[in-house]
Amino acid sequence: MAEAIAKTREARAKIRDAGGREVAMLKVQGLKRYFDVSAPWLNRVIERQPKQILRAVDGIDFEIGQGETFGLVGESGCGKSTVARLIVGLYGPTDGSIELEGRDIAGLSRQQMAPMRRRLQMIFQDPYASLNPRWRVRDIIAEPIRAFGLAQGQAAIDAKVGDLLETVKLTARDGEKFPHEFSGGQRQRISIARALASEPEFLVCDEPTSALDVSVQAQILNLMKDLQRAFGLTYLFISHNLAVVYHISDRVGVMYLGKLVEVAPAKTLFATPRHPYTRLLLDTIPDLDMTGRERMPVAGEVPNPINPPSGCTFHPRCPFANDRCRAEIPQPRPLGDGAIVSCHGIEEGRIPDGPTLQAPARPEGLV
Amino acid sequence: MPLLEVENLVVEFPTRRGTLTAVNDISLHIDEGEVLGVVGESGAGKSMTGAAIIGLLEPPGRVASGRILLEGERLDNLPYEKMRRIRGKRIGAIFQDPLTSLNPLYSVGYQLVETIQTHTDMTPTQARARAIELLTEVGIPAPERRVDQYPHQFSGGMRQRVVIALALCVNPRLIIADEPTTALDVSIQAQIIALLKRLCRDHGTAVMLVTHDMGVIAETADRVAVMYAGRIAEIGPVREVIKNAKHPYTHGLMGSIPSIGHDNERLEQIPGAMPRLTDIPVGCAFNPRCPHAFDKCRTVRPDLLPVEDSWTACWLYDGEAGRTIEASKTLVAATKADALLERNHG
Ligand SMILES: Nc1ncnc2c1ncn2[C@@H]1O[C@H](COP(=O)(O)OP(=O)(O)OP(=O)(O)O)[C@@H](O)[C@H]1O
Ligand SMILES: Nc1ncnc2c1ncn2[C@@H]1O[C@H](COP(=O)(O)OP(=O)(O)O)[C@@H](O)[C@H]1O
Ligand code: SF4
Ligand code: SF4
Ligand SMILES: [Mg+2]
Ligand SMILES: [Mg+2]
Repeated sequence: MAEAIAKTREARAKIRDAGGREVAMLKVQGLKRYFDVSAPWLNRVIERQPKQILRAVDGIDFEIGQGETFGLVGESGCGKSTVARLIVGLYGPTDGSIELEGRDIAGLSRQQMAPMRRRLQMIFQDPYASLNPRWRVRDIIAEPIRAFGLAQGQAAIDAKVGDLLETVKLTARDGEKFPHEFSGGQRQRISIARALASEPEFLVCDEPTSALDVSVQAQILNLMKDLQRAFGLTYLFISHNLAVVYHISDRVGVMYLGKLVEVAPAKTLFATPRHPYTRLLLDTIPDLDMTGRERMPVAGEVPNPINPPSGCTFHPRCPFANDRCRAEIPQPRPLGDGAIVSCHGIEEGRIPDGPTLQAPARPEGLV
Repeated sequence: MPLLEVENLVVEFPTRRGTLTAVNDISLHIDEGEVLGVVGESGAGKSMTGAAIIGLLEPPGRVASGRILLEGERLDNLPYEKMRRIRGKRIGAIFQDPLTSLNPLYSVGYQLVETIQTHTDMTPTQARARAIELLTEVGIPAPERRVDQYPHQFSGGMRQRVVIALALCVNPRLIIADEPTTALDVSIQAQIIALLKRLCRDHGTAVMLVTHDMGVIAETADRVAVMYAGRIAEIGPVREVIKNAKHPYTHGLMGSIPSIGHDNERLEQIPGAMPRLTDIPVGCAFNPRCPHAFDKCRTVRPDLLPVEDSWTACWLYDGEAGRTIEASKTLVAATKADALLERNHG
């Protein structure tokens, strides 16, 4: 395996554009995905209901550098999984572009997409649902190897499958078993082995540890970090667990109702959260250090994405909302230290500096 | 007298391949107004302990021995009908998935009113007023309007609050909450936790809070029981267990939790996995994964012993093994606990 690792590392020398600048592994611009959730046509005509459009992802921009881990956080239903599915091509975008190393993959046909598929793999939350229960583990892992012609002949394929199982700290003998014979954590290792089988450069991980115990989660997170170092992988890592995202990510994006409200380097984001929503999220983290801080019960819940509030969609829950917020959609603005924030209040400088890690005091009025 | 006493509880599942022991000789108690947290990896026996207490073990599961007492009265040998009434009146249950506890076909108000009327002799009007009062209490906005809506019209967090309202219908003395916030977002989790704490404070309700989230335990529980392979590995006041953990398993659990502001490249990791019930190791069940295991651990099962302010089942703390508590603590501290304690003490 060591040899294979060295080889991949070499092959993964960073790609640069004509000007010598590094090309981002992934660049997403103006990405949108709307779903039509209207009642059936006939009912609509009879009951005179309008068409109902759900804006699951509503115009987001971000970049992920080669070898970087980008974390995506937000409350349930904010559109995280939809972003993941758009990137791996399980959904087509309503609008916007998705560039993989400079090449737009959003509009590609199935055939054109095929070679891209190999480079882009996805790991899902439920490691059981994503593994075919009737296949032996070795066949599950061999499938992408065969599909992409990455090894010829049974012996070579078997050897590669064995290597992959060992890479994820299972044994070659485990290949003979069926998925149900493994624990949740082991199944997630199998999903990772399968994702690695096609020698991808970019892994989209949608809540890969959310169904696991903390102890098993630690094993998987450590494994993912090791693999990233060994193979120079790039990750999009989705989770609603902020501590996990802090631990694994280089940069983090915070989503709210289909939009990115703040993107910043992980440390910056957690030490000096800017957007009022980011602050609210951080304030809801359980206090393991037992400082006696009471968690702030959040006022209000995520509004309905079918009828999102006007202007800044966070305004009904935001203590700093004013008339402008209710009318005008805030645009993303860079703040100098790598943070990009969409908020009128921040832009106007009328929001006091937020809580830091040491003293998570809450902004006044934020109940 | 504690509100709930569990003495030497054993829960078994007879199967064709022999009898599996899911809960193996557990003793604990919960006082009035107290929250006992129960943590441990999946399969540790947390839910089975809870199910045994509320008399909801799925057959063939059964309480094989031990006693369960609520306010001094034995529950474990009650006939089904009697237990069902106690469950409605004196013990409330909250489970992980709010949808399984609510009937999608009936309005939230209907379900609350029905439960209230089963256990009290309120008139329909009184019961409805009580239902609205309960919805207010669990923080549902506009309860007069919401009471007539159906579960699917509520968000996940609101549904879970309705389940709590159902559990509260008749002012239970004890609430068994099995992973009540695991399926919820942190923001909603915070609401539920705040609610549970308020109930204990205002009504003196005792709560057994089962979860694998140490963060939730840290801010909610008064005492914690750490379970491993059907037994209690460590039990004591929450501060003591979290900040001054004794059992190597507790150390491992604490170390594997990522935390914000703590920059470690790798997380502590407990090697291996929890044993299946069919092959629990002889001696200390944790010995194959324990960095401190020595000979005695592989042959003799440790029982809970008092160590400082808590109780721990680990031979490291047994004087007879030739190790004083101080020496064994240095041993544990030297390898694992440093970072952990430093982190917890800020
Ligand atoms: N195929 C679909 N048809 C209609 N609506 C959809 C579809 N897929 C997602 N949605 C809606 O889009 C929104 C975003 O969903 P998404 O699954 O991306 O959320 P998420 O952020 O991943 O949430 P969670 O944390 O619960 O996984 C939700 O309101 C969801 O109901
Ligand atoms: N019906 C059953 N038959 C056999 N074993 C069971 C049954 N239900 C639960 N168990 C076993 O009992 C043990 C404890 O389960 P449980 O209390 O649900 O664990 P947890 O701590 O995750 O809540 C597990 O090993 C589980 O597999
Ligand atoms: S734009 Fe206005 S409403 Fe939105 S987060 Fe900023 S201050 Fe609050
Ligand atoms: S009894 Fe032995 S094996 Fe068990 S936890 Fe203590 S030191 Fe480890
Ligand atoms: Mg999702
Ligand atoms: Mg359970």
